[in-house]
Amino acid sequence: MFGKLGLDDIPYHEPILVVTAIVMMLGGLAIVGLLTYFKKWKWLWTEWITSIDHKKLGIMYFLVALVMLLRGFSDAIMMRTQQAMAAGGAEGYLPPEHYDQIFTAHGVIMIFFVAMPMVIGLMNLVVPLQIGARDVAFPFMNNLSFWLFVAGVALTMISLLIGEYGKTGWLAYAPLSGIQYSPGVGVDYWIWGLQISGIGTTLTGINFFVTILKMRTKGMTMFRMPVFTWTSLVANVLIIASFPILTATIALLTLDRYLGTHFFTNDMGGNMMMYVNLIWAWGHPEVYILILPAFGVFSEVIATFAKKRLFGYNTMVWATLAIGILSFVVWLHHFFTMGAGANVNAFFGIATMIIAIPTGVKIFNWLFTMYRGRLEFTSPVLWTLGFIITFTIGGMTGVMLAVPGANFVLHNSLFVIAHFHNVIIGGVVFGMLAGLTYWFPKAFGFKLDEKWGKRSFWFWIVGFYLAFMPLYILSFMGAVRRMQSYANPEWQPLMIVAWVGAVCILLGIACTVIQFIVSIRNREKYADITGDPWDARTLEWSTSSPAPFYNFAHLPHVGSIDAFWEAKKEKGMAADKPTQYEDIHMPRNTVAGPVIGLISIAFGFALVWHIWWLVGVSAIGMFVAFMFRVFNDDIDYYVPAAEVERIEREHHKRLEMQA
Amino acid sequence: MRMKKNLGWLGILPLIAVLLSGCDWALVDPKGQIGIEQKSLIITAFWLMMIVVIPVIVMTVVFAWKYRHSNHTAKYMPDWAHSNKIEAVVWLIPCIIILFLGIITWKTSHSLDPHKPIESDAETMEVQVVALDWKWLFIYPEQGIATVNEVAMPVDVPVHFSVTSASVMNSFFIPTLGSQIYAMAGMDNDVYLVANEAGVYDGKSSNYSGEGFSEMTFDAHAMSQDDFDAWVDKVGQSSETLSYEGSYQELAEPSTDHPVEYFSDVTSDLYRDIVEGFHGGNGEGGHDGGHGETSMSAEAAE
Repeated sequence: MFGKLGLDDIPYHEPILVVTAIVMMLGGLAIVGLLTYFKKWKWLWTEWITSIDHKKLGIMYFLVALVMLLRGFSDAIMMRTQQAMAAGGAEGYLPPEHYDQIFTAHGVIMIFFVAMPMVIGLMNLVVPLQIGARDVAFPFMNNLSFWLFVAGVALTMISLLIGEYGKTGWLAYAPLSGIQYSPGVGVDYWIWGLQISGIGTTLTGINFFVTILKMRTKGMTMFRMPVFTWTSLVANVLIIASFPILTATIALLTLDRYLGTHFFTNDMGGNMMMYVNLIWAWGHPEVYILILPAFGVFSEVIATFAKKRLFGYNTMVWATLAIGILSFVVWLHHFFTMGAGANVNAFFGIATMIIAIPTGVKIFNWLFTMYRGRLEFTSPVLWTLGFIITFTIGGMTGVMLAVPGANFVLHNSLFVIAHFHNVIIGGVVFGMLAGLTYWFPKAFGFKLDEKWGKRSFWFWIVGFYLAFMPLYILSFMGAVRRMQSYANPEWQPLMIVAWVGAVCILLGIACTVIQFIVSIRNREKYADITGDPWDARTLEWSTSSPAPFYNFAHLPHVGSIDAFWEAKKEKGMAADKPTQYEDIHMPRNTVAGPVIGLISIAFGFALVWHIWWLVGVSAIGMFVAFMFRVFNDDIDYYVPAAEVERIEREHHKRLEMQA
Repeated sequence: MRMKKNLGWLGILPLIAVLLSGCDWALVDPKGQIGIEQKSLIITAFWLMMIVVIPVIVMTVVFAWKYRHSNHTAKYMPDWAHSNKIEAVVWLIPCIIILFLGIITWKTSHSLDPHKPIESDAETMEVQVVALDWKWLFIYPEQGIATVNEVAMPVDVPVHFSVTSASVMNSFFIPTLGSQIYAMAGMDNDVYLVANEAGVYDGKSSNYSGEGFSEMTFDAHAMSQDDFDAWVDKVGQSSETLSYEGSYQELAEPSTDHPVEYFSDVTSDLYRDIVEGFHGGNGEGGHDGGHGETSMSAEAAE
């Protein structure tokens, strides 16, 4: 009836997990209670859960990402605490059984369920607005992508309370992740969580690729697209090209685990080196899927707040494309120590270094955007300056790792950990927080509190340097990654410094939470009436804040880069008030998206625990829900011109009142 | 902005401090030729990149401060967004640095290739290394002995470590001596290392391998030839012996924080048997030793 699932799989004897479970349940009950008390269920269903509005999906992606950031960070601070304690024979407070699950979950959650949804959320919110479109190319698919992603998150969270998570590291290297060495359900949770959310990601890649190529407004040629849209385009090409590799690799591992095949086993002709190659053939493009959109954010932020055109737009675009292509020919630098020959290692090392050239050019272009500008030190600018310095250091350590001769002693050491946090925190996280602050008014109609935003920045950057510079030093002392305990007591002081850094980052996260609360309470004061709070340059700022669900009453015409900035210069603010409105063609909400997403949780759960009847039932359920959608012709409608006029009038009235 | 400046330097200072100071940290104070070459390679790469990194950090701080919003004396050119001269320089400088670094990379990838024998007057010694759950087995085919979690070598004698695994992937690593290499089941990998100074150095697996990973460490003893001969004799006194079908199977069972063990006699083909044990198809890897049919598929695999 329940497959492998038994009462013993619920960890009621683990105090930490019991407390976590109680807190999660109380939190869940509180949300349900509040929704019921304020009669918000219908609102939640029609306005959010079934919504196909790319802006709302973007907000929901970001919301889930922030919640998962708290989970992923809890894992981080638990690890830092363990390593600060477990020196010279001390065992700390986490046995390997737990510690190994925690570092696996930390990596998976931070990459797949924090960084990815932040990037995808921001693309959702911004890209259609930047290209002057009313929605994405496939609005239903966009909703489905989101709910499949949520299903992956849900499965991963369920593993905390029912069963266990993988103890293999975030990439589940074979043969450790094979059935012989990992007989538990942890790897299965990893497999199905990533497979289900990965389908969502692939669909998103296709969706935004088509959206950017086919739905740009009149006059927006490729070389008039904002840089964030360009970086998103390349990131989506990378998603389309690389995520199928991940899906196929995990599928082969699944066959090994479920059907006893021997793709990656030690014996019977299995080849673990193939697994490592395949997983990094996806894994390296993946880091560029994350960093390229962040580069795009910094480009928008720095041009806007320096009140100056982005320096070297064409160079930026070509550098982005070059990085995108090169990202596919460097995967081997993740395992120079596997034993490939000198020629192979040298090729991949040099290919990796070549990526530093376009990346370096980008950095200089941001610097020369500030040059002869008028830079306002808003919090997005602080994140950008912090990024330039931090990322440059991270890039340098990355190139050091790319020299095979040096990599032979740096590989698998804490140097690698320090390096990739150096670029992921300094690049992706700073970029996403800058983007969050920058585009928040467009999503909600009011700005975020600057004071708490800046506090968050200072805690993050100080915390980052305190937490990760000691790891570089520790690597020179011979410390490797993923140690639950270590014998050398000389490492402990630096481990404690790193722990202090993690606490600083915690305070930074707390500042962001306070920033939300303070901003929401002062939303009248911080209201963005004009729709253009930063005196910005690109199309998303030409519509009201929050943007109406149809984005633009009239699709804008574009004649240059920074079209909105040029228009403002010519005609002054507040532009022209149109006299005539037209019906607007819009997609309808969907029930199938969330339903398929919900059933896919049951599907994944059933596969994890070998509950075969539920696998069958949920597979049929998903198929039926999908068929309902396929044969439903009532998927679009027209917003009457009168309704558009009413909404636009209201906006113009507010504008006039403010003037 | 002053704080910002300090922070930028914070990032580099510890690295410089580490690279310049001469304390007895594994990578800063290596004890073998390979490690010494790697240290100088790291330092060269570091300073080459400083040519770009330092200007970037200085420019970030200077530009941000000089062109701040409140500074109306600074030039403001809102539409200036292109300059062939600047573009040429910002492409050229990284290109030149990467060109130099690329040449260095090509050369050192060959000179530091783990598979490359070390040139020396002394004859290279052979040690076979097997990663087990969660301990290291060292076989000395020339001396006919084996040890667990302790390896010894004479100073200035290059050692050829043949490395394999009888379990999951591990990485054989003695940081003070230099290069690491992956240990994989069914694969005969190798790394050449040499110790130029006597001492006891930490060895470990650097590739996570499961529950007992953190304690999968060993001591690497570098000693004079006389001391080494005495050590070989000491190991030879042990009453324990090792054979593939027999005591090896027991040793291969998972164990954590395994004590040092000596074996005075080892079947001559033990290492080969372990590697080839995975080439066949009994489904249990090296654990139950069904390697009768293996030599054919082993050759095919190679």
